[in-house]
Amino acid sequence: MSTPETAQTLRVVTIDLQGERFALETRHVREILDPGPTTLVPNAPAFLDRLINVRGRVVPLADLRLKLGLAPSDTTIDTRVIVLEVPLEEEAVTVAVLADKVHEVREIALVGMTQTPRFGLRCRPDYVRCIGQLGDDFVIVLDPGPIFAQGRAPDPVPATHS
Amino acid sequence: MAAPDPVETFRQESQELLEQLEQALLDLEHRQGDMELIDSAFRALHTIKGSGAMFGFDAVAAFTHHVENAFDEVRKGKLVASSELVALALAAKDQLRILLERPAEADAAAQAAILAGFHAIVQGGAATPAAAIAPVAESAAAPGWRIAIRLARNAMAMGTNPLLLLDELRALGPTRVTALADEVPPLEELDPTDCHIAWQVELDAPCTRAAVEEVFMFVIDEMTLELTPLGAPAPPPEATATTAAPPPPATPAAAPAQAAKSAPPGDSVRVPAGKLDELMDRVGELVIAQSRLRQVAGASHDVQLRAVAEEIERLSLELRDTTMGIRTVPIGQLFGRFRRLVHDLCRDLGKEVELVMQGEETELDKTVIERLNDPLVHLIRNALDHGLERPEDRGEKPRRGRLLLSARHAGAQVRVSIREDGRGLDRARIRARAEERGLVTPEQVLTDQDVFQLIFEPGFSTAATVTNLSGRGVGMDVVKRTIEALRGSIEVSSTPGAGTDVTLCLPLTLAIIDGLLVRVGEGRYVIPLTAVEECVELDADAEAGGARCNFLNLRGSLIPFLRLNEVFGTPRDPEKLKKAVIVSAGDQRVGLVVDQVIGDHQTVIKSLSKLHADVEMFSGATILGDGSVALILDIAPLVAFGQAHEERLMTAA
Repeated sequence: MSTPETAQTLRVVTIDLQGERFALETRHVREILDPGPTTLVPNAPAFLDRLINVRGRVVPLADLRLKLGLAPSDTTIDTRVIVLEVPLEEEAVTVAVLADKVHEVREIALVGMTQTPRFGLRCRPDYVRCIGQLGDDFVIVLDPGPIFAQGRAPDPVPATHS
Repeated sequence: MAAPDPVETFRQESQELLEQLEQALLDLEHRQGDMELIDSAFRALHTIKGSGAMFGFDAVAAFTHHVENAFDEVRKGKLVASSELVALALAAKDQLRILLERPAEADAAAQAAILAGFHAIVQGGAATPAAAIAPVAESAAAPGWRIAIRLARNAMAMGTNPLLLLDELRALGPTRVTALADEVPPLEELDPTDCHIAWQVELDAPCTRAAVEEVFMFVIDEMTLELTPLGAPAPPPEATATTAAPPPPATPAAAPAQAAKSAPPGDSVRVPAGKLDELMDRVGELVIAQSRLRQVAGASHDVQLRAVAEEIERLSLELRDTTMGIRTVPIGQLFGRFRRLVHDLCRDLGKEVELVMQGEETELDKTVIERLNDPLVHLIRNALDHGLERPEDRGEKPRRGRLLLSARHAGAQVRVSIREDGRGLDRARIRARAEERGLVTPEQVLTDQDVFQLIFEPGFSTAATVTNLSGRGVGMDVVKRTIEALRGSIEVSSTPGAGTDVTLCLPLTLAIIDGLLVRVGEGRYVIPLTAVEECVELDADAEAGGARCNFLNLRGSLIPFLRLNEVFGTPRDPEKLKKAVIVSAGDQRVGLVVDQVIGDHQTVIKSLSKLHADVEMFSGATILGDGSVALILDIAPLVAFGQAHEERLMTAA
């Protein structure tokens, strides 16, 4: 993808994590659920230590906030669970992620990978698929592949933000 | 889903045919001249050749052709199915398997050698025809044949193409074909898919009766075929008698017997295993949903709702049993493969062994059967190599050793045992070796069972000499691991001088287990019931002194225990009366301290996500009646983790 993608658009779901706006491509999203009972997996990585029942399937529930260097937050009336299908090692793995709030499904204009700033992002650049434009604001479109591929390795991201 | 790849189907079918061929060949060794077996082998070869050519496996077809020719000679009685021929055919079968599975690796030289072998046998055989059967076959040859063919009504619906049959006859020599339309019904009664026309063919070729019959090989059971020698002025009377009899004697007799032995064809469906897994998943979900319904119905006073809930409970449990039944296959499929192994090993080791199989009809989950192959190969090799003596060393026992492979149901388990009447395990030598390796201390008291379990330790071997088969100490630990991964266990018993019996105890299915549901803190966990020995209350003393000595006095024996809340790193529950679930982990007993024992629970196992592959303490998860998820404990890694955890605490202190 070396050519500029300015003319391109991407269909995404926009979500809130700790007050910040992120987006996930709709092609990864399978469904959006209300939070239900979760089960703790002892000794699993902290960001991926819960299981939920998605209509008869046992699916891991991840807290992306921990992966993006954000603080965890309490469940509110707006909290949702987004079930994703993530391609991992040529196989689609089903995993659910928590979102503080799910906004909408919409087309966003891509600013393009070529213009992704080398810094200014709080999370690791490989977690970012691209930057999209949402009105006057920018939104980070997350790439779930690398996020979960490194699920087992310790994350070198600085832990908290002010 | 796309239609199944025909080439893949061919491969699968060829596998089955090759197995059929192998069985026939191995039986043929003991029953030389059994026409039924020869026919079975020939038919397998013929089908492989035919479909091989159809699907572009030309090398397979060409190679098979020569082998088939040799068996054709045997069928015609020109050749005896000698042990050399059988050995050669077995080698050819192995070549065929390579050609089918990994054509790139096929060894042209080996093939040429096998074919040369066949050629030599066929030449030799032709020079000295087998006296007994040959003359009949020879006399059956005539300058030509008048052949009356009437196919079964439904022959075309069953996939027979009469034109191809006629073409095949034409390939034997010049023919004059007359259609006999006397049985064609009036138009209004005519069913266009039926075969109404019969044929009379005059074949001007001096071929044998068998050659003509061979054309109809696959339809001969359902048709009438009459062969009259053409222009034979005075055929010998007894020959006329045989030729006039509509069903030729050899083939039809063989066919029903064959059909009775193998699974009845036609009424089975080939289904990809993945679809069955999916079905099992759905049924599992249904069972879970049903148990939720039962809870709801139980709490309500609505009689109608309760009646429906009970009905659904009955149906879903039946559905579950049926579905599990679909996934099971008879273990005979697996046992059958070992006949060749035993045959070859006996030859290599110079031993005489009679292989006896029992309970081949015992059914087991297909996945279990597949995963059992390697462990059983190992155990059989061990039995033949170490267990059974050479014929001259067997003393008063019969020269021929006996290897018994058996399978039977025992409750929710299947017991597969490998028993031989060899020299038995050498207790003293195993013990000495274990002490040498520091696995046990000299003063340790061990039961027989304890000693025998030592042979499953990694790297353990008492064999004085290492052969290329066994004795390297690699294998038995793998066997044990595989069996434990299948949630099974191994029992060994042995009598010096009288043999050894290794029994594998396996669960009927991998998909559902009986578990004990317990609570630790806020979480609920399932302990596989097969591992649970008993539940005891942990008295306050043990609980209080727990910080220093984590031992439990159970009727005089000291049992170490693990506090699951510590292992899991969850907060301590204020519950005063803790329970300890005593589980057996391999050869030791361990108490698992939990806050509450909820009860037994039939569990549909859901595997954990790939993302949780590094969490070793749990073998899977299950969904409880209220829809929440509970983890299933994997006892062996849990105990290992707990021990490591405790050691860390000790060093930290």
